[in-house]
Amino acid sequence: MKQKEMQLITIKGTKEGLTFYIEDDSSFGEIIEELEEKLAATPTSEKNEEEQSLSVIIKLGHRYITNEQKKQLESLIEKDNRFFVERYESEVIDKIQAETWIEQSEIKTISRIIRSGQVVEVIGDLLLIGDVNPGGQVRATGNIFVLGNLHGIAHAGIDGDENAVIAASYMNPTQLRIAKYISRSPDYESEGVYMECGYFDKEKEKIIIDRLQVLPYVRKELRGLERRILNG
Amino acid sequence: MGEAIVVTSGKGGVGKTTTTANLGTALALMDKKVCLIDTDIGLRNLDVIMGLENRIIYDIVDVVEGRCKLAQALIPDKRFESLSLLPAAQTSDKSAVTREGMLDIISELKQDYDYILIDCPAGIEQGFQNAIAGADEAIVVTTPEKSSVRDADRIIGLIEQKEMKRPRLIVNRIRNHMMKQGEMLDIDHIVQMLSIDLLGIVVDSDDVIKASNSGEPVALNPNNKASIAYRNIARRILGETVPLQSLDEESGMFSKVKKFFGIKS
Repeated sequence: MKQKEMQLITIKGTKEGLTFYIEDDSSFGEIIEELEEKLAATPTSEKNEEEQSLSVIIKLGHRYITNEQKKQLESLIEKDNRFFVERYESEVIDKIQAETWIEQSEIKTISRIIRSGQVVEVIGDLLLIGDVNPGGQVRATGNIFVLGNLHGIAHAGIDGDENAVIAASYMNPTQLRIAKYISRSPDYESEGVYMECGYFDKEKEKIIIDRLQVLPYVRKELRGLERRILNG
Repeated sequence: MGEAIVVTSGKGGVGKTTTTANLGTALALMDKKVCLIDTDIGLRNLDVIMGLENRIIYDIVDVVEGRCKLAQALIPDKRFESLSLLPAAQTSDKSAVTREGMLDIISELKQDYDYILIDCPAGIEQGFQNAIAGADEAIVVTTPEKSSVRDADRIIGLIEQKEMKRPRLIVNRIRNHMMKQGEMLDIDHIVQMLSIDLLGIVVDSDDVIKASNSGEPVALNPNNKASIAYRNIARRILGETVPLQSLDEESGMFSKVKKFFGIKS
């Protein structure tokens, strides 16, 4: 009762919905307690029943919460179907998350020739300095950049990232694969082209191969050095 | 201490055995002590090309399984004292020789010979692994055909994973007229793709087949283009700098006349 004046949770209304500011120096138990009180205190308006439930953004400050705690919060907030948790915003993430984050946004540089029968797979972007010979394969969860001749298979976005691109100094691949899409070379003998890139076009639903110069226009995020990374 | 060189290709029929026989002969011509080992167990050929088939008493499997001493299985060549052959067995298969057995044989041979040329079977299985086990260096043979170059690429990849010197390349069976017309891959293209050093090029010649059938390696013939190519390769193995052979045919009367009138052949 003595702490009643100190608010642990501040609720603010915005155009999009509600934002819950949660103090980050109190225990999780106290938060749950106060949240229960706060939610009980808000009257259930009968009129709004047909309306959509309000979206809630939870700002956690420097508090780190586990997935179980997230579930606990969500079940509490979404109990009466009045609110739903849109997202969490926290200043901190845990170490494993941070490591995968770094790994996925890193460029892995490999300098060698990928010969027939060899497969190179990386997490994040791949910068290959060397050739991919026919029968060789390079795979990355992110983009693939080949500083050399691409004759074999390149598969970018192997975990399903359709925004991944493939660029090569000399593009004459057997196949280009982006996420689940595959594009293969024509059946007639074709000369490769210097400085080209391949990307997935969402409208045409296929992989487009074009001059390297179009890349910054179709993938704006590649313009800057820093990658735009969404806080998970 | 001698040097063990494996002659390999991945694909069959590109001329590994012919290359081994001729390089061995060419090196022996230069007074080097050479031992040829046929590791294509079950499908031996090297003895036939060398014309030594009728002299085989013991073979490599007998040595590995201890039925004879290594020296007993070695067949001296009928032309050169400094050339010997360790033949493959015809009755067993590739599993009859182990990696360790191979290493023992090669280290023993290295004491007595300058060069040990190992004729590798086609494929990338056990036989290939055995053949390259004791080698210090590899010579990759390819022909100017796509399939053969693909296999060579695969083989180079496997060799690069072993602790061996960088492999070197021989482009075999070159048909000049086809290469000129662009119907065969050109040598620059092959070398660029495989990105290993070119040890030599050998033109396709009917004499090579004739020589193989008669058991007299073509390298013995001083006037044949293929023979000169093999001798040049042998000299490069010894460390000499020899320019690549020109592919153009010696101009006959007809082409001289054409040249006179300025017609390009």
